[in-house]
Amino acid sequence: MTWTLFHKLGSPKWFYEISSRWLPGLACAAVLLLVTGTVWGLVFAPEDYQQGNSFRIIYIHVPAAFLAQSGYIFLAVAGLISLVWKMKLADVALQAAAPVGAWMTVLALVTGSIWGKPTWGTWWVWDARLTSMLILLFLYFGVIALGQAITNRDSAAKACSVLALVGVVNIPIIKYSVEWWNTLHQPATFTLTRKPAMPAEMWLPLLIMVVGFYCFFAVVVLMRMRLAVLQRESRTAWVKAEIERTMPKRTLR
Amino acid sequence: MTGFVRSLVLREARLLFRRPAELVNPLIFFALVVALFPLAVGPQAELLRELSPGLIWVAALLAVLLSLDGLFRSDYEDGSLEQWMLSPRPLAVLVLAKVLTHWVISGLALVLLSPVLALMLGLPSQCLGTLILSLLLGTPTLSLLGAIGAALTVGLRRGGLLLALLILPLYIPVLILGSGALQASLQGMSSSGQLLWLGSLAVLTLTLSPFAISAGLRISVGE
Repeated sequence: MTWTLFHKLGSPKWFYEISSRWLPGLACAAVLLLVTGTVWGLVFAPEDYQQGNSFRIIYIHVPAAFLAQSGYIFLAVAGLISLVWKMKLADVALQAAAPVGAWMTVLALVTGSIWGKPTWGTWWVWDARLTSMLILLFLYFGVIALGQAITNRDSAAKACSVLALVGVVNIPIIKYSVEWWNTLHQPATFTLTRKPAMPAEMWLPLLIMVVGFYCFFAVVVLMRMRLAVLQRESRTAWVKAEIERTMPKRTLR
Repeated sequence: MTGFVRSLVLREARLLFRRPAELVNPLIFFALVVALFPLAVGPQAELLRELSPGLIWVAALLAVLLSLDGLFRSDYEDGSLEQWMLSPRPLAVLVLAKVLTHWVISGLALVLLSPVLALMLGLPSQCLGTLILSLLLGTPTLSLLGAIGAALTVGLRRGGLLLALLILPLYIPVLILGSGALQASLQGMSSSGQLLWLGSLAVLTLTLSPFAISAGLRISVGE
């Protein structure tokens, strides 16, 4: 069953149709979760006994940091699929997700730096997790720059796949070497194995925000992928019919 | 199996020695970058000794990167790479032989030059052993990782800056471990932990990167 779904994804037309059915639900979920999480986290969650209200930026910072890391893993998985199964849709997914992941990394860095000012008294410290986040941003920039430098679409996608895979092998090494180099940052907020140290009223909105950010990421990537698929397949009959259907007034002659 | 590797290694060595500028320029660059720092931060011996592990490693890393920019370019332009693709020999082995030959010649020259520059920065002479050992273990990793970037960018007209952008983030572990080893020996501590890590990274890249390099070359040549 799952393999049939996987093979069907090889067809851009099938993806375009099925994604138009997924999108409304995902978009609603994203909006609902983000609004609930933001309001709950910023207004109703209790104050931190040490940091006061300034801790509330956690509700943006932690989900963005989650997405920054998962986004790169997503790139590598798409790259692997593209290299092994030569699936065009994986190429599209890789290049659609790279800028979104890079923006999430920027968001995590900026919110972290804003959070650092009241708590550590400085905008930036060269601590392990901040530094490895910055390196992750450079890795994203590398993938984006390589994709834009190569003019041939298919070789650009393949080159990005190789680079993303090399990067993902290196990420743990970079992470541990940087951690060894210096550590000041508090340990990870969420782990799957331990019970969180925060009270439930504090981490529940955080969990909602994390899930909401994942939905948001999925919606943005799907929309970017759909546009890319339309551009790539613009010569085919189904795309012409689709454009005819959605924009009947602007007939192209 | 060994015959073609030997002829490839000899060809590479001959080509490198016939264009000595390509061999010498990264070394001059290395010395120049090291010389820039005392001019920028001031000639205080104490400060320079403190900074020397990082300075030498950053300069060495940039010099290796610079030397790799043209690694595959002439082979790409004269069509040798296409012949490599067509040959029945495994591409990963060919690539590994080429990169290692390049390292043996240009990387070793860098390692031999480094003690002179280190002494000029005031690094105590008992640290020189660690310096040489850390560079010997670290530069193969730098060469092999850089070759991945060089393979991916060989077909591009202005790949130099892009190569730096792609590869420098991947160099960070080697930089941390290499300068960490030197820092430890400067403070009179044992640097064997960092050196062992550098060695294991070298083994890891030695086994995995030839496949990434050959995948990159296939993409660049196929374009």
